[in-house]
Amino acid sequence: MKQFEVVETPLEPMKYHEFVLNEKQGAICTFTGHVREWTKGTRTIYLEYEAYVPMAEKMLAQIGDEISERWPGVLTSIGHRIGKLDISDIAVVIVTSSPHRADSYRANEYAVERLKEIVPIWKKEIWSDGEEWIGDSRHYHSSVEEK
Amino acid sequence: MKVMLFAGLKEKVGNDVIELDTDGSMKVIDLKNRIYADYPALDGEVFQVASNESFVKDDHTLSSGDMIALIPPVSGG
Repeated sequence: MKQFEVVETPLEPMKYHEFVLNEKQGAICTFTGHVREWTKGTRTIYLEYEAYVPMAEKMLAQIGDEISERWPGVLTSIGHRIGKLDISDIAVVIVTSSPHRADSYRANEYAVERLKEIVPIWKKEIWSDGEEWIGDSRHYHSSVEEK
Repeated sequence: MKVMLFAGLKEKVGNDVIELDTDGSMKVIDLKNRIYADYPALDGEVFQVASNESFVKDDHTLSSGDMIALIPPVSGG
């Protein structure tokens, strides 16, 4: 296991706690993102995730660095699964820890927002009557937006 | 110059890598225009370019030895 990783096997959220727990931390916030069956009236049968794995893991680690700068003392660990995922499977685990709980909540939401902007992972929705690669609706990566 | 493709771009081209004949280096914006011209299947597709696993902007100069990838809008999480 790595602190920031992309894996093809089922995610076990508690295992990521070991990367963020030490004697200074009093709170761990654990977020799990799951495969949703219904999106805006369309029924998903299953999902397929694909990643540019080495870059994705590098970007996940970058998110951890950004969090450490914004919230000193917060530790982060992120695991994302790729391949075929069924309804309710865990697609992503984000754990953030801090001495007091407020920072771990804020950092955790920041992490998932950034993940959806800069980490090269893609989701394909497979429906009963078709399939489609899903792109961010904003269609850009904010980290490299041209001014 | 080898360029890696992922997700929808890969499916549109039918391959996970494309190879371009170049003089050795080129700017990102020139790479984009070249791809749009040489690969009609990708004309109009939205993507960013990554070099050596980092995003690069249009005025960045790519070398033939760089690991280059096209990154369509991401949808992880």
